[in-house]
Amino acid sequence: MTIQVRGVSKSFGAQPVLREVHLSVPEGELVALLGPSGCGKTTLLRILAGLEVPDSGEVSHGGRALLDRGARERNVGLVFQHYALFRHMTVGENVAFPLRVRKRPRAEVEARVRELVGLVQLEGLAGRYPHQLSGGQRQRVALARALATRPEVLLLDEPFGALDARVRQELRRWLRRLHDELHVTSVFVTHDQEEAFEVADRVVLMNAGRVEQEGTPAQVFEEPASPFVMRFLGAVNVFRGHVDGGRAWVGDLEFSAPALAERSPAHVFVRPHDLELSSAPLPGSFPARVERVTVLGASVRVELRAPGYGERLEAELDLPRSHALALRPGDGIHVSPRRVRVFPGHDLEPDSLTASAL
Amino acid sequence: MKAAELVEAGPPAPPPPALALAPGARARFRRAEEDPPWARRTLIGAALLFLAVFLLLPAAAVLGEAFRGGLWAWAQAVTEPEARAAIRLTLLVAAIAVPLNTAFGLAAAWSVTRFRYPGKSLLLALIDLPFGVSPVIAGMSVVLLFGARGLLGPWLQAHGLKVVFAVPGIVLATVFVTFPYVARELIPFMQAQGTEEEEAALVMGASGWQILRRVTLPNVRWSLLYGIILCNARAMGEFGAVSVVSGHIRGLTDTIPLHVEILYSEYAFRAAFAVASLLFLLALLTLAAKRALRWSQRRERRPGGEA
Repeated sequence: MTIQVRGVSKSFGAQPVLREVHLSVPEGELVALLGPSGCGKTTLLRILAGLEVPDSGEVSHGGRALLDRGARERNVGLVFQHYALFRHMTVGENVAFPLRVRKRPRAEVEARVRELVGLVQLEGLAGRYPHQLSGGQRQRVALARALATRPEVLLLDEPFGALDARVRQELRRWLRRLHDELHVTSVFVTHDQEEAFEVADRVVLMNAGRVEQEGTPAQVFEEPASPFVMRFLGAVNVFRGHVDGGRAWVGDLEFSAPALAERSPAHVFVRPHDLELSSAPLPGSFPARVERVTVLGASVRVELRAPGYGERLEAELDLPRSHALALRPGDGIHVSPRRVRVFPGHDLEPDSLTASAL
Repeated sequence: MKAAELVEAGPPAPPPPALALAPGARARFRRAEEDPPWARRTLIGAALLFLAVFLLLPAAAVLGEAFRGGLWAWAQAVTEPEARAAIRLTLLVAAIAVPLNTAFGLAAAWSVTRFRYPGKSLLLALIDLPFGVSPVIAGMSVVLLFGARGLLGPWLQAHGLKVVFAVPGIVLATVFVTFPYVARELIPFMQAQGTEEEEAALVMGASGWQILRRVTLPNVRWSLLYGIILCNARAMGEFGAVSVVSGHIRGLTDTIPLHVEILYSEYAFRAAFAVASLLFLLALLTLAAKRALRWSQRRERRPGGEA
């Protein structure tokens, strides 16, 4: 019962939101749609739910076409960012709603509600109204309600986006455990890379209406397929250079880029924790000046200026290393990139990130 | 992204240091947005004076005049056959116009807040039209359309239907004048609420009717009732539009406001004011109902013990 999305496009007026999206969600897996706001991930989720109709393309579930069926007939569970609980109904009535509109027998409804309220650990709160619950509790009610009809697919639209950081953390882990128990095929929309990596089996990175990359969290982080993925999955330093014959150059620094034989301009990406700092020059290092040192807890972020290489670079090192170097603003230092990724191209393609923060 | 989270998870900022003031010195400090006492007193006084002169005084005069002959005379004036006919007609007109405009208001608010379509802003402007147009024009438009020489007049006559100078005309004029009230009350409320709950219900398998009855109506019920109350008050009190189409046939096409005017022009002052006091009573009831609604709305919103 795999969900298949083939060539789905959608525009709102003249604004294209999804362009030829292909995607598959294997049965029983939890897949995260990850991307900056405006990348089309929520629209894709709403198409799966039946709340939007694509302009073109196919969606099927277990081989059956999904688009001919309206939202009512799809038997999906949908969880909204702002819960969308019925505010004039108690927790129990909310959870019972999907069963009642399907005219299930009363005894069955009551038993199922009891079971679900237990599942989301809200025993004793069934008589409360939504406004009497905390955000985390409300979202668990929404989840219980979405699961009430034993949906074939569970869709979650930024489910933890409205919660504060600690509750979000807890609920993420809880959702992951719940999924391991229920194994319902789930699609999860988020703009938070940490959240996607922690909860999902597979991550689908979206940008400007397209799927940029699809894979396990480790795959997309270790082998980013595009500059966008590289930039979206955490902070990264960008150096301008060029490639020729399987080598990449930034100034006089040389890196191996075996897949790139043709001569062209290129960008070399290095994560902050892959920039090694040393007080003496090393082979393949360049000089820089320390601008600012920020302690982030277990690690330290160092902002650097290296004329000719980068006006604003960022390195991250652990606390002992930082103590050993005793860095202060104004100090001279030597920087050697340890792991780089090289992408050819003259300019970075405009993407959703350019529009939002970063 | 990481930095933002760290900021969020960090300890809350310490409260701003309290101003160290000597006891007694505090009273001399005012908040910046607070007006000086003399300005406050002047403004409140002016508002109260205005209310007294333009609202309370006339109301007291009407009531005083209505009951000058005692309760018995008042009861007689209110229950004489023509007055009773006027009351019946007013109730009948309201009983038709208010449900019609409730249904229309719900449909209009639903379509405006739930769908995107061309001409939506035009519809919104049209809903407001009766607020901007003199009621006399509303009455005249009914005459122009349905009168003997009107657009539909000959057809109506051929079928033996009478609209102008009869109850249907009064109902039409009243519906025209009162139709914005429910829609205007619902639209901003439904816009603020958004469509998520209805979408959730749809995905859960609810039909359109189930969504309306079990999700939308319970959510908007206070706004809806509020609109209905205002619509009813206007429907019962409307004078201008109804006056044009009614023909003032005593005992047949007189509503309460028209009856008051007839009595007044016949120098039957006491009877006129007695019947007028009924409309005043309606105003008081409307006010009380509004307050009661506000109260129950607030009570419902108040969290009953935070979890």
